[in-house]
Amino acid sequence: MDKVMVCLKRVVDYNVRIRVKPDGSGVVTDGVKMSINPFDEIALEEALRIREQGQAAEVFVISIGPSDCQQQLRTGLAMGADRAILIETDLDIEPLTSAQLFLKIIEKENPQLVILGKQAIDDDCNQTGQMLATLWNRPQATFASHLELADGTATVTREVDAGLEVIEVDLPAVVTTDLRLNEPRYVKLPDIMKAKKKPMETIALEELGVNTTPSFENTNVEAPPERKKGVMVNDVGELVEALKQKGLLT
Amino acid sequence: MSKVLILAEHDGTTLNPSTAKCVSCAAALNAASMDIAVFSDACGPIAEQAAALTGVNRVFTVERAENAHQLAASLAPQFVEIASGYDYLLGPSTTYGKDVMPRVAALMGVGQISDIMSVEGPNTFKRPIYAGNAITTVKAPANMPLVATVRVASYQAAETGGSASVEALQLEAELPGHTRFRELRSGGGDRPDLQAANVVLAGGRGVGSKENFELLYRLADQLGAGVGASRAAVDAGYVPNDMQVGQTGKIISPDLYIALGISGAIQHLTGIKDAGTIVAVNKDAEAPIFEVADIGLVADLFDVIPELEKRLG
Repeated sequence: MDKVMVCLKRVVDYNVRIRVKPDGSGVVTDGVKMSINPFDEIALEEALRIREQGQAAEVFVISIGPSDCQQQLRTGLAMGADRAILIETDLDIEPLTSAQLFLKIIEKENPQLVILGKQAIDDDCNQTGQMLATLWNRPQATFASHLELADGTATVTREVDAGLEVIEVDLPAVVTTDLRLNEPRYVKLPDIMKAKKKPMETIALEELGVNTTPSFENTNVEAPPERKKGVMVNDVGELVEALKQKGLLT
Repeated sequence: MSKVLILAEHDGTTLNPSTAKCVSCAAALNAASMDIAVFSDACGPIAEQAAALTGVNRVFTVERAENAHQLAASLAPQFVEIASGYDYLLGPSTTYGKDVMPRVAALMGVGQISDIMSVEGPNTFKRPIYAGNAITTVKAPANMPLVATVRVASYQAAETGGSASVEALQLEAELPGHTRFRELRSGGGDRPDLQAANVVLAGGRGVGSKENFELLYRLADQLGAGVGASRAAVDAGYVPNDMQVGQTGKIISPDLYIALGISGAIQHLTGIKDAGTIVAVNKDAEAPIFEVADIGLVADLFDVIPELEKRLG
């Protein structure tokens, strides 16, 4: 195939312990390490492997967000993507709007495969891939743990609650990734140097003609309720006794 | 007065408890009516189970061969055809609902609220973000239908005893041919489903091998418990992936959760936050699992399991 498009979201790094702002307006992101959403990193790794196996000519990465997203796109280029596109905005963008924006790029670029994470680890919405596939009027294969391409189709193993489901979809299609699809490569220093020379296109959000007015309003963000401090028991006898007292064992 | 339509989840014969949990969430909306849509190639028994849920007014069945496998690309346009006139369109936040509902929302040209954990008002909901490390209150616009998924661990299943009417529908929706079901490989056996079990035993890397997991299975069968595992145990190949409990696996809410040889990575703890009582058994007194455990025991699980068997036998 000609092109694979990979969507990357800039999120708080998964190792950061989240702190909620005291005024309830969100979580603390100032001075916090930011990274590529881990599921999107898996998406990029998969796209790169497809290209390396000679099944795709080009992999491009795309992000929506402030100019700082260039850092994550550069990381994507260092991993091996051929070029990057940033749809630049300081607004908070909802999943449906993201899907509409990505569709504008798809209409211009005509990728045969779009891969992105099943969810972003900040808002945990798990919507964008499905919405994009729908607006594009193309199939989706969500929660992929294995992907095989053949002539004009993709066979995808999906991690579902009941086990592993295998579906076949016609291309072009949208695939969203689960954790076990692959292990992303580490970026090496020479690749970081090389990535600096790769093309990065910036498109102003307004140019794409998509209504970005949010539908939903986040009125308050709070820390989850803490569990009450537990007790330590010394042996199995005490454990069984404690469970019986709670009525959990008879 | 507002109306709710719920997308039923099932395996072809049995209604998934996630549907009864959506009914409980819908009940909190104080809607005038609550209906359920069942898509299958044989709706009969599933519709009967849905009709028995308390609070449900009507069950719609859409029976056609293409609905034998629950493909999002086929289900979404059918659900949207029925959805006209409804104010709330709910599905479970399981892999099934997560696959279908955003497709429904996009077809309708509206956004979606994922993982409702509580209803705060007719248009106001709480949902977890950052893997449950923060809770956000979201206000939806009042003038358009709301598409949402319900976080099943946050709700008890609705009672049975109701007697809703069952109506078969013939739909016009054209179904795409671009997505084809191939197979479903299930790792589970006869033990209770993790998301429905009252008691869950779970093993981590500390269990050490696939063979050692037999010890957990034996104790679980004695207790009538489901068996789960940490991501470390899944990645080590001790158990299949559908047993994984955690943010990237299943989020569960049993009355009793017993973690054996699980250190308690944040992503695992996210999956068990809603458990009634958490018991942790680990050799390492510093393991983070003890920070969330209601009852902790620093001990070797290979000593604890046989003794539990003896005392409970």
